[in-house]
Amino acid sequence: MSKLKPRNEYEKTNAFRFFQWLSGVKDPYIDNVEMHVQTEKVVPEATIIERMNEAQMCRDKVYDTEHNKLVQLFHKVYINMAVLFCIALVGLLLLTVSYLPPTGNPANPANNTVAERYIEDGLAETGALNIVSGMILTYRAFDTFGETNVLFIATCCVMILLMIDDELLKKQEVKNDRRFEPKNDIILQGIAFILCPIIFIFGIYIILNGHLSPGGGFSGGAIMGAGLILYVCSFGFKKTQQFFNEHVYKVAKITALCMYGLIGTYFYMTGANGIENHIPLGIAGHILSSGIILPINICVGLEVACTMYAFYALFRRGGL
Amino acid sequence: MTTFQYILLIFLVVCAISVSFSKSLLNSILIYMSYSLIMSILWVCLESPDLAITEAAVGAGITSVLFFATLKKIHAIRIEQEQKKEEAESHE
Repeated sequence: MSKLKPRNEYEKTNAFRFFQWLSGVKDPYIDNVEMHVQTEKVVPEATIIERMNEAQMCRDKVYDTEHNKLVQLFHKVYINMAVLFCIALVGLLLLTVSYLPPTGNPANPANNTVAERYIEDGLAETGALNIVSGMILTYRAFDTFGETNVLFIATCCVMILLMIDDELLKKQEVKNDRRFEPKNDIILQGIAFILCPIIFIFGIYIILNGHLSPGGGFSGGAIMGAGLILYVCSFGFKKTQQFFNEHVYKVAKITALCMYGLIGTYFYMTGANGIENHIPLGIAGHILSSGIILPINICVGLEVACTMYAFYALFRRGGL
Repeated sequence: MTTFQYILLIFLVVCAISVSFSKSLLNSILIYMSYSLIMSILWVCLESPDLAITEAAVGAGITSVLFFATLKKIHAIRIEQEQKKEEAESHE
C-alpha cells in the first residue's frame, strides 16, 4: 500500500525535483551553476609576437649575454679564434702553394710520360683535334662515365626529395606556381623568342664540335639546359610540356646513359684486353671522325641538358 | 694582358669577400654570379676555353637560377611585397 503524502511534504523530496527536472518545469542548474555568455577569445598581438620570438627569448634567458661574463668571454674568444683559425688555414694553404714547383719548369713532376703521350700521340690515337676532349672521352672515358652516373644519381636524389606524386598536391603546386610565372611579359618573351633558338643551336654546335673545338658534352649540355630554363621562364610550363615532358625526359635520359654505357663498355673491354676495336677514327678535322668521342659527347650532352632542366623544374614546382 | 688579369683577380677577391658580407641574400647571389663571370674570363686568359664555357653556363647561369628558385620557394625574396606593404602603411 502506498502512503499518501501531502503536497508540501512531497515537494521537498528528491523524486519531485527529479520529475520536475525531467518535465522541464525548472532547470536545476539555475542558481546552482554559474553561467556566462560565451565571447570569442581574443589573443592580444603582443603575446603573439612574444610567442613568435619564443626561441629568441629562451636563448636570451639561457645565455644571459648582458650579465653573464663567462658567455661574453666565450663569444669574444669564439670570434677571435674563428678569425685566427681562418687566417691560419689561409697561411697554411699559401705555404703549401709556395712549396709547389714554379710554373713552366721543364723538370716539374707534371711533365711526365703520360702528358707527353697525350700531347704527342693524342691526335693519332683518338683522332680528336681538341686534346682535352680526346683525353677525357677516350683515355679517361671510365672517369667520365662515373661522372655521368654521379649526375644521374644526383637527379634521382633530387627527385626522391622534391618530386610530388600525389595528384591533388600536384594540382595545388601547379596552381601556386602560376603566381610566380610572368603573365605575358612582352620584353622577356620577345627576348626569349630571339635568344632561345640561338642558345639551342650554340649548344648543339658545341656538343657536335666537341672533338674539334673547345667544349664538349658537358658544356654544350649545360648551355642547352640554360636555354630550356629561359624558355620555361618566359613561356611557362604548358608550352614547354608540348615538346619536353616527363616521358621525353625519361626516354632521353635513360637512352643516353645506356648508349654511353654500351659504347664505353665495348671500348674498355676491347682496349683492356688488347683487342682491336672496329670503330673507325676517320680523318682528323671532319665532323664524323675520332671514333667514339662524337656519340659519347651527344649522350653526355643530352644527359646534362635533361639534368639541368629537371633540377630547375623540380626546385620550382616538384615535377617536370 | 697580365695587368688585365691582375685587375680581374682583384675583382675576384672583392667579389668573394662581399658575397659573405652582403646582408641581402639576393645581392649575394648576384655578386656570386659576377664572381663566376670573372672566373670564366680568367679561364679564357689561362687558355682553357673548355672550362670557360662550362663556368659561364653552369656557374653564372644555372646555379644562380637554382638559387633564385630556392630563395623564392623558402620566401626569402619578398622585396616587392614588403615595398608594397611599406607604401600602404605610409599612405595610412
